Amino acid sequence: MSKVGIIAYGTSPFTKEDHKIESILHKSANDLFQKNPEIDKKEIDAVLISTNNNSKYLSPILSEMSGIQPKIAHSIESLCNSGTNSIVSAFSYISSGLADMVLVSGAERYDSPGQILEWDNSRGEFKHPIFWASIFSKSYKEKYNISDEELAVVSVKNHKQASKNPNALSKKTYTVEDVMNSKKLTDDLKLLDCSRPCTGSASILLASEEIMKKHTDSPTWITGIGQKTTSAGFTKNTSLSSMESTKIAGQSALNMANRNVSQIDVAEVHDAFSVCEPMILESLGFTDPGNGMDMIKNLHQTNDFKINPRGGLIGCGHPLGATGISQTIEIIEQLQNNAKSRQTDNPKTGLIHNMSAAATSSTVLVLEK
Amino acid sequence: MSFEKELEKGRFYIPQCEACKKLVWPPSEFCDNCNEKTSLKKEEFKGKIIEFSRQNEEYFCVVEFGDSVRIMAKMMTQPKKDQVVKISKCGINEGSYYFQII
Repeated sequence: MSKVGIIAYGTSPFTKEDHKIESILHKSANDLFQKNPEIDKKEIDAVLISTNNNSKYLSPILSEMSGIQPKIAHSIESLCNSGTNSIVSAFSYISSGLADMVLVSGAERYDSPGQILEWDNSRGEFKHPIFWASIFSKSYKEKYNISDEELAVVSVKNHKQASKNPNALSKKTYTVEDVMNSKKLTDDLKLLDCSRPCTGSASILLASEEIMKKHTDSPTWITGIGQKTTSAGFTKNTSLSSMESTKIAGQSALNMANRNVSQIDVAEVHDAFSVCEPMILESLGFTDPGNGMDMIKNLHQTNDFKINPRGGLIGCGHPLGATGISQTIEIIEQLQNNAKSRQTDNPKTGLIHNMSAAATSSTVLVLEK
Repeated sequence: MSFEKELEKGRFYIPQCEACKKLVWPPSEFCDNCNEKTSLKKEEFKGKIIEFSRQNEEYFCVVEFGDSVRIMAKMMTQPKKDQVVKISKCGINEGSYYFQII
């Protein structure tokens, strides 16, 4: 399989602003081209759009607005992991030889229809994500004897890290008491335990090895990809305190990269709710089952930004179609030592975990420099 | 789908494969195991509470019927894990199913 790298990226700030999806998409793509004026748009073979928005023909629209006439142009939707799924599609186009350079742009509005999976009638009247998150929280806390105060550290840590990220939705920092005193949504979930939907976009440009060599002396490569979908419906999850799709996708990605989890220096993981972060870290093998909060508390106390340096979904906000791409951009910046006050200690290998619908589907990428 | 016609009348009948007898969930005309047709198993199913939480005064529970059918249902009294329950009320409201258990 031929190598695929990431040649350029652009992003928009994540906000609560009300803009048309086409304008939001254009913002990050334009940022990418402004920062990389040497890129010849004629060389872009494909434009892939990641979004849950209902607007049509978005790839040809972005292509026209950006002055690109690609061979391949279409959208990809898979709820919250649309972004990394689009990157996987771009990787496949390049590694198969169908394309040499692919633009992936993800965008969402604060009122995205992707926030609720209407099809999942097994959830009865409890279709909003706060209900599966409450069930996960209750189950995880009971199984491993974890308190609400302990779980609140996830939100405290990720808001702290987001405060160093100029594009994050949240600029505030919070204490455990703030999280505990935030609005009670259910017995097992507070408002500050939740990521918030928002408006934003992120774009990256992937390229073949030949093109990468022409454009950059410090390339970032996608060396591992793992994906798994166990179901669409939340109630089909066999465990309510771990994530089966994440375990399988994580292992596949590490196998492909010929790495083990101890070699991952920095990671962005899909903390849609506080409880997700320890569950993900355990399911990816960063720590043993039940020890995720010990790892998170230690990272927070030592000011180590290894997990979710950009602030995670809780701190950054969650524009569904842009999230996986934004996570990937953070890992690129980390590997290139460009993450400024969020920079971790000279990382060489990074991981992105992006999931959908109560972890019924997960995508994991490994990036290396 | 006949499942939804019965649900609209307040009856919770789970589809079962006519060939392999598997209970099929989410409700479907075809079996996800052997692809044969399904028909409704018309009985009063008993389920078991797997997990629950609460919003305001209402509990919401994950309930398992047989070994493969799980739903989320409302309960007005304090649930217990592994408690055996049955559907007391169900239907369709603006396209969404709803289930209540006792």
